[in-house]
Amino acid sequence: MSDNARATSNYISVQEADFDQQHEYLELTNHNQHDGAVVTFVGMVRNRNEGKQVLALTLEHYPGMTEKCLDEIATEARNRWAVGQVRIIHRVGTLSLGQQIVYVGVAAKHRKAAFHAAEFIMDYLKTKAPFWKKEQTTEGEHWVQAKMSDQAEADNW
Amino acid sequence: MIKVLFFAQLREVLNCSNLTIESTPETLGDLRQLLCEKGDTWDEWLGSDKALAAVNQTMADDDVKLNDGNDVAFFPPVTGG
Repeated sequence: MSDNARATSNYISVQEADFDQQHEYLELTNHNQHDGAVVTFVGMVRNRNEGKQVLALTLEHYPGMTEKCLDEIATEARNRWAVGQVRIIHRVGTLSLGQQIVYVGVAAKHRKAAFHAAEFIMDYLKTKAPFWKKEQTTEGEHWVQAKMSDQAEADNW
Repeated sequence: MIKVLFFAQLREVLNCSNLTIESTPETLGDLRQLLCEKGDTWDEWLGSDKALAAVNQTMADDDVKLNDGNDVAFFPPVTGG
């Protein structure tokens, strides 16, 4: 890409493989003299949830719909705020404690648009994209139930 | 003909990942009703308050019309991120 061409695309990936935050950052910033702000978010597997000791997570999705849905969410963010490139990566399969689950990166001319778009994308992703988590805990395994609070966060936009 | 997919907890409790309905119901609600008649577990888990649905990979309400060849998926509220 030349220095004059501003990337205003969505990069969407649903994958088993881990992702490299430095690589993703460089994808947002290389040859990009247009955007003065980059906001990134990474979601990780934590060791406790709802009072249970978590050992691992397994993520299932609806192939095809997931990618379409993430692209629509990124485009909706683009309609609401002046953002450049948007990158969303979500992992599926079994993930152990501390592993990365999801990446959202937004480049924008100004910080407010980048902050707002990144938060909006995560709130929408959590309530609209067809992913499901199954937790393996010390008390057995179970499907994670959707939270009303997540829906309320998404409804606020 | 309608291809029906089930995901996550629904797939497990119904012990079914996909099935085919030969005669296309008029609406998504009609298909839901048809599936609920397959047994108590189906009736318990496929109610519109428990199972979300997508038609051709777009979220859909029960009044959405179905067409021959549509892909329909039923699944629990999503929990990604």
